[in-house]
Amino acid sequence: MSEALLKVDNLGITFGGLKAVQKVDMYINPGELVGLIGPNGAGKTTTFNMLTGVYTPTEGNITFNGKSINGLDPYKVTRGGISRTFQNIRLFKELSVLDNVKVANHGLAKHNLLSSIFRLPSHFKGESKMEEESLAFLKIFGLDVYKNELAKNLPYGMQRRLEIARALAAGPKLLLLDEPAAGMNPQETYDLMELIAFIRKEFNLSILLIEHDMHLVMGICERIYVLDHGQLIAEGSPAEIRANPKVIEAYLGEEVTV
Amino acid sequence: MKKSKVFWGYIVLALVIYAVIQVLINNGTVTFYYQNMLITMCINIMLAVSLHIILGITGQFSIGHAGFMAVGAYVSAICTMQLEMPFITGILLGAIVAALAGLLVGIPTLRLKGDYLAIATLGFAEIIRIIFLNIEYVGGAAGMQITHQTNWTYAFFGVVITILIISNFTNSRHGRACISIREDEIAADAMGINTTYYKVVAFAIGSFFAGVAGAIYAHNFYIIQPTTFGFLKSFDILILVVLGGLGSLSGSVIAAVFLTIVTTYLQGFPETRMIIYSLVLILVMLYRPSGLLGTKEVTDLFKFGKRGGSNA
Amino acid sequence: MEWIQQLVNGVSLGSIYALIALGYTMVYGIIKLINFAHGDVFMLGAFIGFYAIARWDMHFIPALILAMILCAVIGVIIERVAYKRLRNATRIAALITAIGVSLLIEYTVIFFRGASPEAYPTVIENSKIEILGAQISVQAIIILVISLVLMLLLQFIVHQTKIGKAMRAVSHDADAARLMGINVDNTISATFAIGSALAGAAGVIFGIYYTRIEPLMGVLPGLKAFVAAVLGGIGIIPGAMVGGLLLGVVETVVSALGYSLWRDAAAFVILILILILRPAGIFGKNAREKV
Repeated sequence: MSEALLKVDNLGITFGGLKAVQKVDMYINPGELVGLIGPNGAGKTTTFNMLTGVYTPTEGNITFNGKSINGLDPYKVTRGGISRTFQNIRLFKELSVLDNVKVANHGLAKHNLLSSIFRLPSHFKGESKMEEESLAFLKIFGLDVYKNELAKNLPYGMQRRLEIARALAAGPKLLLLDEPAAGMNPQETYDLMELIAFIRKEFNLSILLIEHDMHLVMGICERIYVLDHGQLIAEGSPAEIRANPKVIEAYLGEEVTV
Repeated sequence: MKKSKVFWGYIVLALVIYAVIQVLINNGTVTFYYQNMLITMCINIMLAVSLHIILGITGQFSIGHAGFMAVGAYVSAICTMQLEMPFITGILLGAIVAALAGLLVGIPTLRLKGDYLAIATLGFAEIIRIIFLNIEYVGGAAGMQITHQTNWTYAFFGVVITILIISNFTNSRHGRACISIREDEIAADAMGINTTYYKVVAFAIGSFFAGVAGAIYAHNFYIIQPTTFGFLKSFDILILVVLGGLGSLSGSVIAAVFLTIVTTYLQGFPETRMIIYSLVLILVMLYRPSGLLGTKEVTDLFKFGKRGGSNA
Repeated sequence: MEWIQQLVNGVSLGSIYALIALGYTMVYGIIKLINFAHGDVFMLGAFIGFYAIARWDMHFIPALILAMILCAVIGVIIERVAYKRLRNATRIAALITAIGVSLLIEYTVIFFRGASPEAYPTVIENSKIEILGAQISVQAIIILVISLVLMLLLQFIVHQTKIGKAMRAVSHDADAARLMGINVDNTISATFAIGSALAGAAGVIFGIYYTRIEPLMGVLPGLKAFVAAVLGGIGIIPGAMVGGLLLGVVETVVSALGYSLWRDAAAFVILILILILRPAGIFGKNAREKV
């Protein structure tokens, strides 16, 4: 087994005396698809926010690719190779679908401010490279037909796809997906699963997936972490998780379809 | 390439406008009165476009733009009047110092959001004004005498360069980064955009061209006083950008042209002008908050026509 | 002993700022709007008081009450006509509208009566009394007493009355308050009425103390009062009082040290320092955006 891509030790965060997340240990190996599940308010998104630099953890350590990324600014985390989607879709609404992806591609482009202002050759070269790469991502997600639409005018399911395409365009090694199938119908969810499996192979990605849809998680994840009340209560393969009494207890009262 | 053809088309159009008006000025068809109106129009366009990059593109609510205009005006005036430099050097130095002032103001304040940023920029603009008020070297409250050096050529090419550079900036990865901040700062950050850097860059570019406008303004009116650059001036500039449509460069330009004409005709009735201005401002915000063009450009409106397909 | 005099002057000026700042902070607390027109309501209060005393021969206290009542009405009209539609608009649209209303009030007043200043009539003999060896003007003391009474009255309204309870509920969570059966629209109007009445009172007091009033007089004190509100922690009523008093004292000290031309800059320097170092103000708590 190679060294873990992401390693999280004793991670915790306190908001005004309230321990939102504590004592979380996790690892993700290169190429692995890992699920993060738990009841509402268990601290899943908070964990994402710590991994991506939106929140600075109050305790513990996050190591990515051999380097500590604790408290790094979000854009630096992204440039370092972790990108994400948002649970409550956060597209750039007044930008075109293509431009949404181009924004994420920004960090991979080289042409500088002066070359753009004075329209030097490197600007044109850089911009056409961005255009090419961004279109390629749109094609993978079947969004190329919408490229000139404003993001806000896309149908809901397409907006969710665009979120993933955009995250991918930032060139991550680890992709964090926050409930990518929320609000989708079963057919759309199925298509999305296929797509996630495809991009993982195509781009040699590790993926950490938050999801409420148990089918999706159990179906495609190799390993699963379960959070409850801000703490990890279980870790293991889908089969192990399904049989774990602690997990069943945590979900008691919630609608479970295991 | 199609894009560069459109670009050169605009440049030729600009040169034709320049030449025609210059000829009309030379043969006396455009009188001094109208020449002055055209120069004021150019200054207002520069101010509007320079605020547009901060407010319309990057979404940072600055309401102290007159402060940077003041820096450009005073620094250029010091260059030409006290240090006897040529006008063009004065414009450049004024703009550079204004951009530095923009950096100085922007770096601490751009961490603030919305209302707080607005009020902080207003505060900084007032501080800049009070500083000039207290410097005897530039005449204090009495102001500074300046020889008339601005002419149609300076004003017009000031506008052309301002628009060219700001639209070049906007239509590049750097401009898109700024727009993404306007749209959703947290998402922009998560997509790898250094939001602080781009906010400061937009602020500095905007301040630079406000400085150019200030320099050209200073050398058009024989005297500058600190009171000229109070927050009423900042609001005047704000009105241009808001009416044109936040995010629309051509909208800002059209609003600047239109309001300069209105202002010129209402010169004898400043109160009436302000009442009309403020009523228009309130009505636009209540019934069409996106302004004249929203985030669209005039060129977008022609896209459905013959030319189709151009992305400029 | 000169310092005690300066301190009293500072506190008097500060109590005027505090009265204006209260309206800013209450309105911001409840609808998150910087009501730029608030400084102009203060100006209108000064002019109403002036006309009441100089033209209609009213006494000081009735004039003060008249100014407060009319300003309350004006405040409610501004809210109902301009701001009410903007509850769900962007912050930029709301702020620009407020700037528009401010300009509209200023230039409408100039349109009807010109920009020339007016000299306030003397209503309180400006005699001095000696306290601890310092010459203290009776005016300053009366101003201070009136301000204190108004602030105590406000505290009473906010904490002991039904409308005060509703105001606190709406500023905490307007949607929840609506579900609890509170009439949110009326509560917001009441907030504007109370805030504007205080600004009107501040206008009359300002006129008596500084004797010179003009249509653009509200702009600078308005901005400074906003600084005071931010200094104390915006949305927090005791914060506005403390912020106002502090600002008045600082300005007076700056003047007393011989830097009177820099006096106006002091407020803005304080503003920027507080925004950068402690944006929540003296009494505020930091809030973070939900992601």
